[in-house]
Amino acid sequence: MAKKTDKKLSGWDFSPSPEGTSHIALKDKYDLFIDGKWVKPSSGKYFDSINPSNEEKISSVAHANQADVDKAVKAARKAYNGAWGKMSGKERGKYIYRIARMMQEKARELAVIETLDGGKPIRESRDIDIPLACNHFFYYAGWADKLDYAFPNRKVESLGVAGQIIPWNFPLLMAAWKIAPALAAGNTVVLKPAESTSLTALKLAEIIEESGLPAGVVNIVTGFGDTGAAIVNHPDVDKVAFTGSTDVGKIIQKAISGTDKKATLELGGKSANIILEDAPIDQAVEGIVNGIFFNQGHVCCAGSRLFVQESVAEVVINKLKQRLDSLYVGNPLDKNTDIGAINSKEQLQTIKKYIKIGQEEGAEMYQSPCSIPTKGYFCPPTLFTNVAQSSVIVQEEIFGPVLTIQTFRTVDEVIQKANNTPFGLAAGVWTDKGSRIFNLTTKLRAGVVWANTYNKFDPTSPFGGYKESGFGREGGLHGLEAYVKLS
Amino acid sequence: MSRLEVLKTYKIYIGGQFPRTESGRYYQIQDGKGKVIGNICLSSKKDVRNAVSAARKAFGGWAERSAFNRSQILYRIAEMLEGRRDQFINELMIQGASKVNAEKEIDLAIDRTVYYAGWCDKYQQLLSSVNPVSSAHFNFSVVEPTGVVSIIADENSSLIGMVSLILPAIAGGNTCVVLASETLPLCSITFAEVLNTSDLPAGVVNIVTGKKAELIEPMGNHMDVNATVYSGSNADEIKKIKELAVQNVKRVKTYNKKWISDESQDLYLIADLQEVKTTWHPIENIGGATSSY
Repeated sequence: MAKKTDKKLSGWDFSPSPEGTSHIALKDKYDLFIDGKWVKPSSGKYFDSINPSNEEKISSVAHANQADVDKAVKAARKAYNGAWGKMSGKERGKYIYRIARMMQEKARELAVIETLDGGKPIRESRDIDIPLACNHFFYYAGWADKLDYAFPNRKVESLGVAGQIIPWNFPLLMAAWKIAPALAAGNTVVLKPAESTSLTALKLAEIIEESGLPAGVVNIVTGFGDTGAAIVNHPDVDKVAFTGSTDVGKIIQKAISGTDKKATLELGGKSANIILEDAPIDQAVEGIVNGIFFNQGHVCCAGSRLFVQESVAEVVINKLKQRLDSLYVGNPLDKNTDIGAINSKEQLQTIKKYIKIGQEEGAEMYQSPCSIPTKGYFCPPTLFTNVAQSSVIVQEEIFGPVLTIQTFRTVDEVIQKANNTPFGLAAGVWTDKGSRIFNLTTKLRAGVVWANTYNKFDPTSPFGGYKESGFGREGGLHGLEAYVKLS
Repeated sequence: MSRLEVLKTYKIYIGGQFPRTESGRYYQIQDGKGKVIGNICLSSKKDVRNAVSAARKAFGGWAERSAFNRSQILYRIAEMLEGRRDQFINELMIQGASKVNAEKEIDLAIDRTVYYAGWCDKYQQLLSSVNPVSSAHFNFSVVEPTGVVSIIADENSSLIGMVSLILPAIAGGNTCVVLASETLPLCSITFAEVLNTSDLPAGVVNIVTGKKAELIEPMGNHMDVNATVYSGSNADEIKKIKELAVQNVKRVKTYNKKWISDESQDLYLIADLQEVKTTWHPIENIGGATSSY
């Protein structure tokens, strides 16, 4: 039975409820998945994939270099010129459905591996990441033979070979967002997962192998930034799709500026979450927590800038602090865990750096007094009040469980403050009044606006940013545009 | 001693159950050589009424399911159809099809089911709109299913004609009552068995067998049916359906298509059984902030 302990120390004390790991199948060493086969990296180099919650090695993963990427692009080109390129949309769709179904069958295994490899709470990988990834394949499978409906009066053709580079915050989900629409539109793929989270992409490669998808249609090359650069710069890649930081996005945009490569960039954000005085306060507090602490704040659209109307600021902030104290930080595999491990040592250092800057800038910090494990990479949920628009921690993306809180008096003022950022990925609005919601959704310069909710995703719903948060949309009918040539 | 084959009793499908017709009547169908294939339920007006009640009861739940869930269920129907492929080929051949044509028909039926499974969560983006009204309102139109649909299936096909009409109706969230081909009814009941093992809620699809001359009337004039779909070219039947529709302003959709073709499937078969709902919502415009900021 749950027993209440000293609230100031750790909130609620739960009996541990860890998800089992005995049912998962992981190899000690993973090669590259190229042309339907598992091949050794030409450099012979492998790197360790680490469990960030205990710093133990899970598996070795191949480091692909330029020669390996070249091999993968050639395989993708061969498949594109061969069976896949000639296949009808109807048959392509059936392959994608097959992959979706096999992912659903292995959903629990994928969820456990995602949590082991990336540190996110099992509750999130089990209930959000993996189902959404499966559903994304299921959704785009249905578009494969309906492309003419998506682009009326245009001739729709595939692009060719898509080079795709994905981040470590939603490893399998990002792979699904990239691969599923690319295949539906008839392209072939070379995908690079992030170096700290390669494993579910490699499990997906196993599923793709089992599905009977023609060799070379999907190639998975693991590695670091140099591997990604080799994909971006490969002359036979027709399209580059990247999700990651704005800095790297700009490097990619520059690298391909002299070419005809088509690109979609889904980059960073510093999204405003706006609480108006008539908002349902308890729900809004939950929304703030979900907005910033979902996936340890490793979310490009995280509601990392909180704006609270002055008249309710005190009550919202007090409730928020109380709620912070009850968040359970710890073993990501435990079903009670709210906040898991920070994805890597480097990221933990980045977050700590920003926390230090915030304090040095004179902001007032509040951290949950929760106990955190001694091993692994963990960060308690953190709030900063007394921050200015010009504060570094208000301007820059931290990508961790750190929230800045500002207040405002009028709707006008908050629109200006919310839009005053180089980013434009998402925003949240909390109010009881529908007419205010539509006023704000009209005026906020962001690709997604959540009203009285936050961090909701669906395969049918387009996602992507304004301004320096990138261009192109993923999801829905709109997500197809990234992978077709229209004439 | 050779083993004696167990013959199947072809019943009808109402509310997820397989009853015999309440009328107790039957009619016989024969193969090309005049041999009797089976005793088929000669359904009555009362059977149609029972089927409409079941369809109405199922409508709210089916229409309000997530589009994704409807998609999953239609895909499951395709999986179940694939597993019974040989049975359908056999039945189509008993009813006179060549092996090649029978295989073509079942394969197309399976693929068409996958096709409409794909549409379940996509037609909305193509058929709905945001309307740029001049006043300070957010104004949008969405499509919603018409309701209970009576479907008079194509007379010349046992499987694909019927499947081609049921799928767009249920993909769009409608429920239906289907009158199977009078002369080629076998696959309709086997298809009902597929539906019954596909997680499709009871009552979403109901299938009766019998005589058109007798059943077009209750299918067409039932006051709790919102639309009638007819496949074929019999001018008298079409005229009758249109007349019957008047009393409660049923939508009537008639098709004269060659269903055994990849072309005979599209978004507009779904759109034909959708209503458009427009919502107005005010936008509060206070202060001078614009998106220029």
